[in-house]
Amino acid sequence: MQFLTIILLLFAVAAAAPVVVRFTRDWSGWLLALFPAGLFVWGITRLPDVAAAPLLERVAWIPSLGVSLSFRFDGLSALFFLLITGIGALVVIYAGGYLKGAPRLGRFHAFLFLFMAAMLGLVLSDNLIALFVFWELTSITSFLLIGYNHESVESRRSALQALLVTGAGGLALLAGLILIAAAAGGTFEFSELLQRAEQVHASPLYTPALFLVLLGAFTKSAQAPFHFWLPGAMAAPAPVSAYLHSATMVKAGVYLLARMTPLLGGSAEWHYLVTFAGAATMLVGALMAFAQTDLKRLLAYSTVSALGMLVLLIGIGTDLAAKAMLVFLVVHSLYKGALFMVAGSVDHEAGTRDVRRLGGLLRVLPFTGAAAILAALSMTGFPPLLGFIGKELMYEAKLQAPAAALLLLASGVLANAANIAVALIVGIRPFLAARERRPAGVHEGGIAFWIGPLLMGSMGLLFGLFPDVLGEVLIEPAAAAVRATQLDVDLALWHGVNLVFLLSVFTVVLGVLLFALRRLARRFAGRVRWPALLTPTGLYHGAVGSLPGAAAATTRLMQNGSLRSYLVTVIVAVLILLARALLSLPAFPVEWTLEGVALYEYGLVLLIIAATVLVLVARTRLVAVAGLGVIGFGVSLIFIFYSAPDLAITQILVETLTVIIFVLVVARLPQLRKRSSFFTRLRDGTIALASGAVVTALALLAAEVQFRPSISGFFAENSLAQGFGRNVVNVILVDFRALDTLGEITVIAVAAFGVYALLKLRRTEDEIPDDLSASDEGKEEST
Amino acid sequence: MSSVILRIAARSLTPLLSLASLFLLLRGHNAPGGGFIGGLLAASAIAFYAMALGPAPARRWLRIVPRTLLAVGLLVALSAGLPALIAGRPFLTGMWWHPELPFIGSLPLGTPLWFDLGVYLAVIGFVLTIFFALVEAEGEGG
Repeated sequence: MQFLTIILLLFAVAAAAPVVVRFTRDWSGWLLALFPAGLFVWGITRLPDVAAAPLLERVAWIPSLGVSLSFRFDGLSALFFLLITGIGALVVIYAGGYLKGAPRLGRFHAFLFLFMAAMLGLVLSDNLIALFVFWELTSITSFLLIGYNHESVESRRSALQALLVTGAGGLALLAGLILIAAAAGGTFEFSELLQRAEQVHASPLYTPALFLVLLGAFTKSAQAPFHFWLPGAMAAPAPVSAYLHSATMVKAGVYLLARMTPLLGGSAEWHYLVTFAGAATMLVGALMAFAQTDLKRLLAYSTVSALGMLVLLIGIGTDLAAKAMLVFLVVHSLYKGALFMVAGSVDHEAGTRDVRRLGGLLRVLPFTGAAAILAALSMTGFPPLLGFIGKELMYEAKLQAPAAALLLLASGVLANAANIAVALIVGIRPFLAARERRPAGVHEGGIAFWIGPLLMGSMGLLFGLFPDVLGEVLIEPAAAAVRATQLDVDLALWHGVNLVFLLSVFTVVLGVLLFALRRLARRFAGRVRWPALLTPTGLYHGAVGSLPGAAAATTRLMQNGSLRSYLVTVIVAVLILLARALLSLPAFPVEWTLEGVALYEYGLVLLIIAATVLVLVARTRLVAVAGLGVIGFGVSLIFIFYSAPDLAITQILVETLTVIIFVLVVARLPQLRKRSSFFTRLRDGTIALASGAVVTALALLAAEVQFRPSISGFFAENSLAQGFGRNVVNVILVDFRALDTLGEITVIAVAAFGVYALLKLRRTEDEIPDDLSASDEGKEEST
Repeated sequence: MSSVILRIAARSLTPLLSLASLFLLLRGHNAPGGGFIGGLLAASAIAFYAMALGPAPARRWLRIVPRTLLAVGLLVALSAGLPALIAGRPFLTGMWWHPELPFIGSLPLGTPLWFDLGVYLAVIGFVLTIFFALVEAEGEGG
């Protein structure tokens, strides 16, 4: 139960966060950070166990559907667990400073912890459906956090865009996961699925399942062409960008791909799709990042690029690539999380995120600046930082890629060079150069602002100096989980002067060159205008924009307000279904005879038929209503003849009330002047006759054919014994089938309120429509 | 509809019909009747009153707003399921109680009766909500 307890604990912290914030105010960040920090320490203590074998845990949830809350804590989960809790603790501290005194800080922390719980659930889940539930929960919390400044139109639009894109991907993922389970013979447990990887690969469902799962992973991890929501998500406060949109949530797609590698990976489709998406994203993100001037947008596009690199490495699918992917994952989380917090601090202190208006900040922001420089150096892949090791491994993996190695390498060098330029623009230049642009009155905001970035930046340096620790303790078990075999991971800072090192040097030179050319690039990027429908953003806006129109068209078609066309639709639909069922019978097994029909019964039938004719030829509505009344009373007479007194009484009362209400309505309607056209009447008559015929056939059939043993006998026997009543009908209504009756009276209540609202709406149409309820209350009281 | 005969008849018939509707409700378990029929009859009685004397007097006679009756009826019916739940039986299982009363003897009381009362009230509320809305809309020439 330990993992379930952890997740429930975080949910509880989320619920309590507003209260904690109210009572502890400025200390709330530090206090709340104790929870993820504690979990981080706990996670480290469990690492030795994980290295031996994954820790499994299962709690039944919906056993009938094979859905359980089962958890699997292996190397990959452990790596993400530590990233989520460790960076989470720093982000919570940072948020306490960044949003100090904000009126909705309590709610913010609640959402943040909700996200943390969901994200942990996602990386710990062993059951695919549970994984999906947590996956969706991260999308929803991301929506809530991006929309934190809900007064801003931009925030709301970005939040919705992120939700729609990741939500649509989530639905595809659900379908994909269900197909996987179907291909594997019905289990949702990942641990069991792992044993059946070959069965899944051989199944015809493999390809659709793969497409759907990839769609889910690509939307979540902002892979091209779905990358556009991530820069929009930067409308969120800086702690959210640092946590969700760089370090953790956007890596959920990467996590999923890594997790699925032993199950779905290895095929040609997997290899090409994943590699291509990753490479495209890597280049698109890097080139778009380069032309930005807003700190957060620069970082956002470079995050897109980094996510592309991770996906690309998964696509390559060698042991080395898996290793490189995991190391780069840690590298990126550390430097990008730090840089986003730095960007937030700069924005908070200097009031701008435009890199063209920032400079010489190191003197006034010494700690933040140190963190920024450490992180930026790691991002450029400068030795002795961890980023250097990450980049070397990445190049090595690409060099040894089974296909298109040179192409991958070239695009990798280009993307890395662009990212180096971004690192220089974001992390180095504003702090070290252009002192004349230093904004006035800037000073450190307090320890909460710089402790997180500085710690993360220093970790990049520490791991760079002592890479064995990282390699053995974290990367090795995680790589084992991705490759499904034991791997040796020896990380080293220095490999000597070889091809990879020369490539690194070349990349840095190219990056510095790009940095020098950044103004040219901005001017160029500003000039290119794509036709709106060719860009993903344009497509998204086109699709979302056409929704109201499509909804209006559907409504016009389906809800046109004409009672007659509704009736025609309903009756024809029922008619077709019934007729199909009747026609599919081999023979029509009904024999009837007119023997034994009494004279008065003939009379009654004739009366009903005569009344029907009267209704049809009536020239005024009142006559038609009277005719309908005669039909109704005739039917109740039939009930009496065939000893159904309850039905007969009900029918008589209902007929009486119907006639009264009809009369009331008829009085308000205009005279019957215009009759329907001949063709309309022909159509309506045909439908009426056909439905009458089908229902008659059905009634005859129902009397004749017994599909299931009748339950009338049960009711008759048990009515007195168990229901203590001799009126079987009533005992059925109020005892045996009481739940049905409860449903029925609920329906009539809803219907009554519907009719009431319609009538009242009509009445107040010319008056004050907004004040409907108030005027009604007034009238109710006065009567 | 201002016939004197109708008005006098309505004044005396409506209480009688209402009483009859209660009788139908109570006897429903063993003989034709029950909440549905009783409710329809009671609603007809009040509709009759309204047609003879006008909707406002009918509302005064009823005292309770029909929408409230509808809501109370639903609540009563719903609450009839609770004793079974408390006793650990499925929702809405009939629970019976046979108290010994002087002069009457054993009186069978059960949650189905309480449930039927809910149906009775809901049906009255349903019919009259629509009925009054229609009658009162009439005067405004819609």
